Amino acid sequence: MNINLTLFVQMLVFALLVFGTMRWIWPLILGAMEERSRKIAQGLAAAEKGEQELAAARDRAEAIVHEARGRANQIIEHAQHLAHELVEQAKGAASSEGARIVAAAQQQIELDTTRAKESLRREVAAIAVRAASKLLEREIDARTHADLLDKLAAQI
Amino acid sequence: MAAQQAPGATQYILHHQAFLSNKAPHGIIDFSVINYDTVFFSVLLALVFFGLFRWVASRATTGVPGLTQNIIEWIVEKVDEQVRDTFHGSSRLIAPLALTIFCWVFLFNFMDLVPVDLLPAAARGAGFEHLKVVPSTDLNATFGLSLTVFILIIFYSLKMKGFVGFISELTLQPFSARNVLVQALLVPVNFILESVTFLARPVSLSLRLYGNLYAGEMIFLLLAALTLSHGLGSLATVGGWLGIIGQFVLGLAWAIFHILIILIQAFIFAVLTVVYLSMAHEHH
Repeated sequence: MNINLTLFVQMLVFALLVFGTMRWIWPLILGAMEERSRKIAQGLAAAEKGEQELAAARDRAEAIVHEARGRANQIIEHAQHLAHELVEQAKGAASSEGARIVAAAQQQIELDTTRAKESLRREVAAIAVRAASKLLEREIDARTHADLLDKLAAQI
Repeated sequence: MAAQQAPGATQYILHHQAFLSNKAPHGIIDFSVINYDTVFFSVLLALVFFGLFRWVASRATTGVPGLTQNIIEWIVEKVDEQVRDTFHGSSRLIAPLALTIFCWVFLFNFMDLVPVDLLPAAARGAGFEHLKVVPSTDLNATFGLSLTVFILIIFYSLKMKGFVGFISELTLQPFSARNVLVQALLVPVNFILESVTFLARPVSLSLRLYGNLYAGEMIFLLLAALTLSHGLGSLATVGGWLGIIGQFVLGLAWAIFHILIILIQAFIFAVLTVVYLSMAHEHH
């Protein structure tokens, strides 16, 4: 065991090896590792951002749905109100129309009744006159007894 | 085999301790000698490390990573975390340095899990008498790392604190006094203490790794020596079978335990390097 020239050869080889590692190995490997961790950090940040955006979008969507539902309710309420009103209007129109028809019919009936009464009255008067003339055996002059006949007709 | 030349555990182990070098060294320090095996395996493992990481780095995707990229990124991330926890300055060098040390030292140590006789036997087949396959059992390799780190410590200390700051850190603590005269007396004491602490860093870094791996390899060698020099004849005896089973069971247990050691030693080397360099960066 002795110290010899090998010592200097070893020191030279060692120095070269350290230089080579420093120059061509260390920066590349560490660079790749740092780059990767940067990428991972970016990815995580992006994922978190995406999550936040998703939550915000969900909130927005919920708000929109909520609003739409409110408006739909409003519209339905309005429509119901309108329908009710329409029905009421129609009901009113129908009942007034009915009343009008009933009134017209009543009038007609009254008119017909009056008319019938009138003709009956005349017929009864004529019958009465004929009967009376038969009884008296002479003809009653209608013109002379018109007053009498009218009175009679009015009494019937 | 060593067994064929000299059937003894001592020779076997000594044979495994020898490097494949250009010539036999004279004395503790001899710069005319070079260990081919250490250089070969450490360069090969450097290429394995660099090739694998470069391959992943050049194809690194920022999308979903594959299995290989995932494993490499896990290592890089752990190193980066460790460096960020310990080192508070800003430096483009520290983290790649820690990664290189961890991976390279781990690969050095990993060679200890390759069966101790496999590669040396193959080398003998190729005509090489000796081969040590674990670079971290070579002091030159561990000191090569720790001295480079030591140079960086000095460089960063001077760069961050200036020459005066660096010297005052070595001389004005841990003992300080308001009285100038007393302080002057304390300076040499401080200097001795601090310089020992300072110089102990590369030595401890390097010897800790070397010692652990040397001991680990030695245990593998001792276990291998259980069945040494018996040859096929051991299959006919009960003792021979006991030796084979013993070597297998103990070797397996030690190898599993050793996985922990080689990881921890690589980790300690890298972390202490970061700690020392962050100390060099910080003012006290």
